[in-house]
Amino acid sequence: MEHKRPSIYEECLQKGISRRDFLKFCTTVAALIGLESSGVAQVVKALETKPRLPVIWLHLQECTCCSESFIRSYHPTVGNLLFDNISLDYTETLMAASGFQAEACKEETMKKYWGEYILMIEGSIPTKDEAYCCVGGKSAMQIVEECAEGAKAIIAWGNCASAGCVQAANPNPTGAKAIHKLIKGKPLMNVQGCPPIADVMTGVIVYMLTYDRMPQLDALGRPKMFYSRRVHDTCYRRANFDAGLFVESFDDENAKRGYCLYKVGCKGPNTYNACGIIKWNESTSYPIQSGHPCLGCSEAGFWDMSPFYKRLPDVHGFGIEATADQIGLAVGAATVAGIAVHAVATNIRKKELIDNDEPESKSTV
Amino acid sequence: MSERIVVDPLTRIEGHLRIEADIENGKIKDAYSSGTMVRGIETIVKDRDPRDAWVFVGRVCGVCTSIHSLCSVRAVENAFDIVIPPNAEMVRNIMTAVLYMHDHVVHFYQLHALDWVDVVSALKADPAEASLLAQKLSPWPKSSTGYFTALKERLTKFVGSGQLGIFANGYWGHPAYKLTPEQNLIAVAHYLEALEWQKEIVKVHAVFGGKNPHPNYLVGGMPCSIDLNEANAINTERLDLVKQKLQEAKTFIDQVYIPDLLMIANVYKDEWSKLGGGVKNYLAYGDFPMYEYGETDNYKMPRGIVLDRDLSKVHPVDANSPEEIKEYIYHSWYNYTQGDKAGLHPYDGETNLNYTGPRPPYTHLNVEDKYSWIKTPRWKEEPMEVGPLARMIVAYAAGKEPQKSLIDDTLKQLDLPAEALFSTLGRTAARGLETKLTADWALEFYDRLIKNLENGDSRMVNHYMWESEAWPKHAQGVGLTEAPRGALAHFIVIENNKVKNYQMVVPTTWNASPRDEIGKLSAYESALIGTPIHDPKQPLEILRTIHSFDPCLACAVHLYDEEGKYVHQMDTF
Repeated sequence: MEHKRPSIYEECLQKGISRRDFLKFCTTVAALIGLESSGVAQVVKALETKPRLPVIWLHLQECTCCSESFIRSYHPTVGNLLFDNISLDYTETLMAASGFQAEACKEETMKKYWGEYILMIEGSIPTKDEAYCCVGGKSAMQIVEECAEGAKAIIAWGNCASAGCVQAANPNPTGAKAIHKLIKGKPLMNVQGCPPIADVMTGVIVYMLTYDRMPQLDALGRPKMFYSRRVHDTCYRRANFDAGLFVESFDDENAKRGYCLYKVGCKGPNTYNACGIIKWNESTSYPIQSGHPCLGCSEAGFWDMSPFYKRLPDVHGFGIEATADQIGLAVGAATVAGIAVHAVATNIRKKELIDNDEPESKSTV
Repeated sequence: MSERIVVDPLTRIEGHLRIEADIENGKIKDAYSSGTMVRGIETIVKDRDPRDAWVFVGRVCGVCTSIHSLCSVRAVENAFDIVIPPNAEMVRNIMTAVLYMHDHVVHFYQLHALDWVDVVSALKADPAEASLLAQKLSPWPKSSTGYFTALKERLTKFVGSGQLGIFANGYWGHPAYKLTPEQNLIAVAHYLEALEWQKEIVKVHAVFGGKNPHPNYLVGGMPCSIDLNEANAINTERLDLVKQKLQEAKTFIDQVYIPDLLMIANVYKDEWSKLGGGVKNYLAYGDFPMYEYGETDNYKMPRGIVLDRDLSKVHPVDANSPEEIKEYIYHSWYNYTQGDKAGLHPYDGETNLNYTGPRPPYTHLNVEDKYSWIKTPRWKEEPMEVGPLARMIVAYAAGKEPQKSLIDDTLKQLDLPAEALFSTLGRTAARGLETKLTADWALEFYDRLIKNLENGDSRMVNHYMWESEAWPKHAQGVGLTEAPRGALAHFIVIENNKVKNYQMVVPTTWNASPRDEIGKLSAYESALIGTPIHDPKQPLEILRTIHSFDPCLACAVHLYDEEGKYVHQMDTF
């Protein structure tokens, strides 16, 4: 490396942040990315010794909600610090430079940090006509090909870059495609959601800073630490589902009591995301807590799972709910009957587990 | 002989905007504004359940998040004659006020400030002087010498690291930067504070809408139930959180944003209250109903049009009239079945794409022909400016309080005539003043919500017409609102329980559109004409005027084409 950059810890000291605050931050981060307490030391070591990570952030077919979410990242004092401690060398939303000076920033980073920089992409790529998205006179595809070549890894932010999002919904007029459909040969991570939760976005960056590698990914390229649990399984209203207590229509008595939103269309049962765990905007709330069904925005193709306010025709989950719903469907039951069967089946299953003293996780997969 | 300069990407905006400008004798002689990205959301909404439409069109923009969702549910409610409960109206008002506060503050500091504030100059500031000045300007407590000393050190180290990140390659040192190092240091401090503060105010969206960006809405009301005696509903704890955030926001706006705005305005007023005026017509649909959405007389922001800067008259606007609002495509990459010179009302809008521009990579657009993905809307064939300035001007002309007094007082404070409103500075100032007003109004809406609950009304949804069995075979409606960037309208046609046509006429379409067939310029292009450019390689002056509109391009372009011309696919996954 021709340029000696200060480590994140050194920068903390320079910015007048105490070691105590720094360690506190590391602990928060470690907890956030699901490390055991022994992992804290690793985070500390990584941030103490590693230089700021150069980042190029591209905007393609998108609405900028990912950038907006990113700046909501919440670790007092250090959220700001984290923002400073990747070196965000190119981002059209925030950068001071415009026009050819902005392009120059990108080119300089690519040259100086070839093979080192992280390419973050917000937005999909149109494939029906490349002129559907141009920046600086170049098409989205040309820009991504250029920037991907020297990137150490690619982070695809949100549903746009991960799955095409709203513009890829039927009939996908511009032929919008996810990054991983068009670029190969690079480590790539899909950080899903419309947008992803702010702390999920910063969480994956810190993971990469710490371990100098991608976090473990699921089959869809999503980091498992945030996308391995269904919203349904981590929902605080789950007990109502199991007990067969449902909201029948918005703002009814059951809605006020916080019953399950499954019958008004909740997609929690086939959505993998951390909304129920981390929640949104410094854990203020999440859609279900505020009375609206989960729309399933971290799943590819969720836009075509409409109408949104109908119960799922099919729950692609693992475990006992799927079985229950299949029972419901098999007997040709209507929604209500289906759920009743489901609830009964769930409880029978639970009773079996308890009677046999089996751990649920083992016997249901 | 003129010289053509290109600014692309024009950064610190939402979306993809390209400006080409011809410079002659150091001034802009002509300018061309082009939106360079298209997605096709209106087409995607077709044939879907109208109750779902808000989710799709809400994703038009994540910066002005929530406002397209609001506009969409209003369009459906208008089509089905649904009147929402008073609580839902107040919650929607509070959410929109929160959007204004968030969006305008982030625009001022994160997107616009660097056009006026030289970050590098702040390194030369005397922290003690900065502290004295800050305390003179405002009672905001973060103003000690120690505070500014620490900030200056932090900034010095940052610049010294050689990795300038988002501050790299700015036009630092440009002679058009006029603030003192101390003023620059104060502004940089508040740039960083605003970045922290903006996370707080959007918690209000999380309380009522579950998340931000992209909070949830509902046709017929709002999805969050209120019950003061339930743990899982919106109860006193939740409402107190909202109130506290609204109060904190008011303090930040009154003690940080407004003093900074006046500080900057005082330094730049001589030049920038005379530049950047542009088109002379202003359109506002108005918003913030104190009772019902349908009662426009009770809006906090009035509806109307001011023509030719004549402040003595406000003209009415009817979004449903086929004779008033029309969209043209003479210089846009579309064609109409009636020919390229036709104008179509949004209910009859067409979306046939016709890209005739250069193949990328390109250096210049052919501005004689079509050159943008943005259509050109006109009101009775006239271009309109929309946005905070238009809203303030319409309110001023209507004699509406408190807008009128606030504008008069501010002009007096800055020692400027009323004509100064029609400028780049006027636009930036109008945005600040309306932020101050929305901060006050948000608390008023909150009080009204509480009063309503006290009176025993906790309804949040009107179920009338929720079920599709009740819907007529054919219905159409328009939703109107004021997005932070200006007048916003969604038009929906519903047939056989499905969306038959959906059209959005959004603020940046009005402002950033290409010229029309007879060569009348829209707001951006017009506002740039005559602006002196000190250095064509550092066209800071273009950024100042364009940013004063707060461009939002994802909203402006949302049309599509079925015809694929070129598929670039490297691999399938």
